[in-house]
Amino acid sequence: MTIVSRLRSWEGFLLGALVAIIAVNASLSPEFLTVANQINLFQLSIEKIIVALMMTLIIVNAEIDLSVGSMMGLSACAFGWLFQQGIPAGAAMAICLGVGVAGGAVNGYFITRVGLPSLVVTLATLIGFRGLARVLVEDRGITDFPEWFDRLGQAGLIGPLPFALLAFAVLFVCLWIILQLSGFGRKTYVIGTNREVAEYAGIDTARHKMTLFIASGAISAFAGLLYAARVGAVRGDVALGFELDIITIVLLGGVSIFGGTGTMIGTLLAILIVLNLRNGMALLNITGHIQTGVIGILLIASVIAPRFNLALFPARSPGPSGQIKD
Amino acid sequence: MLHRISPQTLRILALFAVLVAVILFFSTQVPNYLNGRLFNRISSSVAIMALIATAQTLVILTRNIDLSIGSVVGFVAFATGSLITGHPDLAPLVLVCYSIMLGAVFGIINGLLVAFARVPAIIATLGTMALFRSALVEYSDAKSITASNLPDWLVSFPNIVLLQIGQLQLRAAFVTALIVVIAVHFALTRLRPARKLYAIGSNPEAAQMAGINVRMTVFAAFVMAGALAGLAGFMFLARFGTITVVAGLGFELKSVAAAVVGGVNIFGGSGTVIGALIGAILVDLIDTSLVRWQLVSEFWREAVLGALILIAVATDTIMMRRLTALRQAREHRKAVSEFIATKQKRAGS
Repeated sequence: MTIVSRLRSWEGFLLGALVAIIAVNASLSPEFLTVANQINLFQLSIEKIIVALMMTLIIVNAEIDLSVGSMMGLSACAFGWLFQQGIPAGAAMAICLGVGVAGGAVNGYFITRVGLPSLVVTLATLIGFRGLARVLVEDRGITDFPEWFDRLGQAGLIGPLPFALLAFAVLFVCLWIILQLSGFGRKTYVIGTNREVAEYAGIDTARHKMTLFIASGAISAFAGLLYAARVGAVRGDVALGFELDIITIVLLGGVSIFGGTGTMIGTLLAILIVLNLRNGMALLNITGHIQTGVIGILLIASVIAPRFNLALFPARSPGPSGQIKD
Repeated sequence: MLHRISPQTLRILALFAVLVAVILFFSTQVPNYLNGRLFNRISSSVAIMALIATAQTLVILTRNIDLSIGSVVGFVAFATGSLITGHPDLAPLVLVCYSIMLGAVFGIINGLLVAFARVPAIIATLGTMALFRSALVEYSDAKSITASNLPDWLVSFPNIVLLQIGQLQLRAAFVTALIVVIAVHFALTRLRPARKLYAIGSNPEAAQMAGINVRMTVFAAFVMAGALAGLAGFMFLARFGTITVVAGLGFELKSVAAAVVGGVNIFGGSGTVIGALIGAILVDLIDTSLVRWQLVSEFWREAVLGALILIAVATDTIMMRRLTALRQAREHRKAVSEFIATKQKRAGS
C-alpha cells in the first residue's frame, strides 16, 4: 500500500478530519493546545473511550454489547454498596471486577449456548444490570470514599497524567496488539466476516465470543470504577445511556456493523475526533444536546461518505482494511 | 393436536397464558389486586407503549430497527403542544393529523437513509435519534409545555370513558391504541402490500427476485412507523400534559423490548402486532405490579424486567426449535411410510 492509497483509506480521511478540527479549535482558543486542556478533554469521557476500545473487538466480531453502560453503573453502585457495608475499598474493587466477569458470562452464555442474538440479550441485560444497580443503591447517592480512591480518579499519577488516562493508553496498546497482530485477533476478523466458515475452519466460535463478552463485562466494570473514582460519588443512574455514545464512536472509526472490518487505529482516531469536536463546540458555547446531534450527523455521513469516495476514485479506493465497503 | 395450531397462534396463546399466570400470581401477593382499577391503570399506561411497539414491529419485520422512535415521540409531543398553545381553538382532528404528519416526516428521513442511501438501520437511526433529539432541544428553546396551557378537551381526552362494564372502563386512549393495533394486524395478515414486509424480512434477495420493490417497501415501513410514533407523541402530550426536552427518552429500547417479548423475531420475517401488544401489556403489568408488591422493594422493577425479557426470548427460541424439529421428524416419518406403501403396492402388482 502506497502512502497515497493509505491516505485515501478511511483512516486517512479520519486523520485529515482530526487535523482540521484541531486546527480550528486551536485558532478558536489559545487555551486549547495546553497540556491541561488536552488532559481534561480526555478525562471528561475517559470511561466511555476505554469501553469503546473493547467494543471495537465485539463489533468486528459481528456482535454488539448494549449492556456496557448498565454494567458500568452496576459496578460503580456495587462498589458504593460494598464500601458502605464496611468492606475495604481494595477488596470492593476486586469484587466489582468479578461482577463484570459474571455479567459478561451471562451475556456470553445466552448468546453462545442458548443461541440468542446479542442485540436482544444485551438489550435485556441493559435493563437488568441497571435494575440491579438500582436495587443496590435505591435512590440514594453514596459518597465519602477513601481519599486514595478519589485521588486515583482525579489527580495526576505520573506528572499530570491521571491513572485512567494511563490505563486507557495501556489498554489501547494491548488491544491493538491482540486485534491486529495476534492469532486471536485474526480469528476475531474471520468469525466476524463469516461465522460458518470460521466454524468449518475449526475455530471454536462459541468460546471465542464468550471470551470477548467476558472481557467486555470486565472492562466495563473497570470503567465504572474509574467513573466512581473520578466523580467521587455514585448514584443509580451512573453511565446511563453511555452505550449509544460508545457504539457511535466505534462505528465512526470505520468498524462495519456487520463485522469483519475495522481497525483499532480507526477507533482511536474516531475517539480523538469526537473528543476534540465536543471540546471545540464547548468552546463555542454549543450545548451538549446539540453536540450529540452533530455527532449523529457525522455517524450517518461516515457511512455515506466512503461511497462518494468510491464513485470519485473507482476501484482504486478501498475502504478500511482493503475491502470495498457497501 | 399441537401441530394443527400455527406457531404464531401458539405463541400468542402462550403469551396469554403467561399474562394470566402473572395476574394470578400477583393477586395472591397483593391485597385488593384484582379489581377494575388495575385494568384501568394498565390500559391507560399501555396505550402509548402499544403504539410504539406496533411501530417498532413494522420496522423489525423488514430486518431493520428504529432507534429514533423515542426522539420522534418527544419532538411530536412538544411540537403539537406548542401548536395548540399558540392556537387554542384548533380543531382536534387537525391537531391529530398534524402529529401524524410530523411523525411521518421523521419516518421519511429514516426511510430515505435506510432504503435509498443504504445506511444500515441501526446506524442511521442511532444518528437520527441524536439528531431529532437535538432538533427538539433547539426548537424548544429551553421552554417546556405545561398542562395548564393546553385546552381541556386535549387533557381530558385519554380518560374519556367510552364503555363501562362494572368497574372496567374502556377509556379513549386505550381504545384508540387497540383500534390501531387491530387495524395493523388485519393489514399484516390480509393485505398483499403488507405481506411484503414478511417476505423481505424472511429473505431480502428472494423478495427482490419475486418482484417486490424492496426499497419502496422498507421506506414505507419506516414512514408508517414514523406516523405511528407521531400518534404516540399526540397521546403522550394528552396523557402527561407537561412536556420537556427529555420526553420519550428511552422509548426506543422499551419498544424493542415489548416487541421481542411479544415474539417478534429481531432478525425480521416473523412476529405479530398482537404479540407486540401483549408484550407491551406484560411489561407494563409487571412494572406496575412490582411497585405494589410488599415483599420486594420497587427498585427490583428493572432487574425483574431484564430477566423476564431474557427468559421470554430464550424460552421462545428453544420452544420454536423443538417444534420445528418435531414437525420435520413427523414429515420424515410420513415420507418414509408413503415410500414403503408405494413399494409394497408395486411388489403386489
